[in-house]
Amino acid sequence: MASSVPDSSGLDSSGLGVRRAVGFVAPALVLIGIFLVFPALWTLYIGITNYQLTGPAAANPRVVGLDNVLEAVQDPLFTNSVWLTALFVLFSAVIGQNVLGFALAWLLRSASQWLRRTVEGLVLLSWILPSTVVAFLWFAVLSRDTGTLGLLLGSPETSWLVQYPMISLIIFNIWRGTAFSMLLYTSALAAVPPSQLETARLVGASGWQTVRDVVFPHIRGHVLTNTLLISLWTANDFTPFLLTSGGPNHQSEVLPVLIYRQALESGQLGYASAMSLLLLIGNLAVALVYLRLLRRRA
Amino acid sequence: MAGITIAGLSTVYPNGVRAVDSLDVEIFDGELFALLGPSGCGKTTLLRTIAGLEGASEGAVSIGPREVTRLQPGDRRVAMVFQDYALFPHMTVAENIAYPLRVRGVAKSVQQETAVRTAGGLSLGALLDRRPGQLSGGQQQRAALARAVAASAEVLLLDEPLSNLDARLRLEARTFLKKLQRELELTTVFVTHDQAEALALADRIAVMDAGRIRQLGTPREVFQRPADTFVANFIGSTPMNLVPRGDVVVGVRPEYLTPAASGLFTGTVSIVENLGVTSLVTLDCGEDQIGYVVPEDDEPAIGTTVTVDAPPARVLRYDKETGLLVR
Repeated sequence: MASSVPDSSGLDSSGLGVRRAVGFVAPALVLIGIFLVFPALWTLYIGITNYQLTGPAAANPRVVGLDNVLEAVQDPLFTNSVWLTALFVLFSAVIGQNVLGFALAWLLRSASQWLRRTVEGLVLLSWILPSTVVAFLWFAVLSRDTGTLGLLLGSPETSWLVQYPMISLIIFNIWRGTAFSMLLYTSALAAVPPSQLETARLVGASGWQTVRDVVFPHIRGHVLTNTLLISLWTANDFTPFLLTSGGPNHQSEVLPVLIYRQALESGQLGYASAMSLLLLIGNLAVALVYLRLLRRRA
Repeated sequence: MAGITIAGLSTVYPNGVRAVDSLDVEIFDGELFALLGPSGCGKTTLLRTIAGLEGASEGAVSIGPREVTRLQPGDRRVAMVFQDYALFPHMTVAENIAYPLRVRGVAKSVQQETAVRTAGGLSLGALLDRRPGQLSGGQQQRAALARAVAASAEVLLLDEPLSNLDARLRLEARTFLKKLQRELELTTVFVTHDQAEALALADRIAVMDAGRIRQLGTPREVFQRPADTFVANFIGSTPMNLVPRGDVVVGVRPEYLTPAASGLFTGTVSIVENLGVTSLVTLDCGEDQIGYVVPEDDEPAIGTTVTVDAPPARVLRYDKETGLLVR
């Protein structure tokens, strides 16, 4: 690797020169700095202040150290929200999207061309539509009196989003996000040698035995990567706000929704920033666990 | 142990290709049977249809007295070794060999015992704890064979069993395979595109082309009396001389031609190719080129005129229109 280290003339392996290379990268770095690094650091900073949207603390925020964090972990609204987020991630992403995405990829392998294309198209459609459009569609399906689901089931008086807010959110997120898992597993399954699947068929292995003994060991890395990505995306997902706004009575207030409401409805910017930091730490912890599992494989 | 009966079997792919075309063949119990042909002739499809990996469109496959045409592969009691061996990379050799037993829910101790016994019989005893990635090509093949044997199937199917081995190993594996088959007395069908491999290994050969069997016979029959010009062309390490004479095509193998005072063909020597112990000499006889084989150190000089002849029993005549053997 010594040869790729710039020599005294300042030229690197591409012959560009460090100075010019920095010149090319600079615009991107400036944009990232302004729109990503600065807000992140700013959030960290205001997380240790009592900064508020209005009032005296908006003009003269005071540094309060870890008070916000200590307050959050004792706040029943926050612990409730952590619990709901955990449920949301576990049932809608880790179990729901993962299992349904794999099942679709596995079953569609042997399906006819047109069936596969149709199902893939429909599943993808739910993924590529903008959140606001999708949320409105689900509103139309789940709302009381005129909701499609209520009419179909003959119980128009059921207000699904009010009576079963978390279950509705979980099913919504499975519907919304399964496409990614399906696509990832479809390409992962293509890497399983057909002769190994056929060997399993010849010795009479059941579908489940084939998945467990032949398919899963080949796609273990894909499963972990997929689970990591969809877990983080789901934990940070703000779409639940569009459907239930966290209600009724905080019953579906996952962390991104709680943080938004604390910051912009209650005006507690400092407190909400501290919660964001806790969510970030939680995400990092989850990511580390997955990465460790991935490494154990190698 | 059981033979295989194939009656009126066709396998048609969704795109309409008749890969196997109304085929009848009987493979005897304990026989080592070769399906030989150029690529695309349907030999692999036939093997896969016997295994149940491809569905038969018409006709029937029976193993022993059981008709298996509509059975799932797992219910047919066939074992198959794939061209790439299909060993599970995350399992040890022992786990691979015992896998058919594991699927059936056989006790762990029996699995282990079977793996050790089977591996011992195929000189894999020292490699039981290795992963397939740590084995040589020949060892991988034996591990795959061991797994097939451990399945205690009635029929063993081999798809191009020697094609993934290098030339020297291939000879070794060929001998090993024949010996193993003799010991197990297991009905074995293998697919190959290599006529030398089929001649050396098989008890009987089916030469296939376009989904049909062109000739079925022992290696000697197929070599000495090819049933038509296609088989005549395909079998033999040096191609058979096929010369139009009136309304027939005269066929004679280069190995059977010897220089003589008078005889079938006369021409001038144009090329001499060294084959090791022998040399292949090409004679220009007007429009035709005739090859014949001479022992080493006996090659004629380029440009000399030579007459060659063969014993009458070795000279075959094929119908010019149909290409079928006349005599």
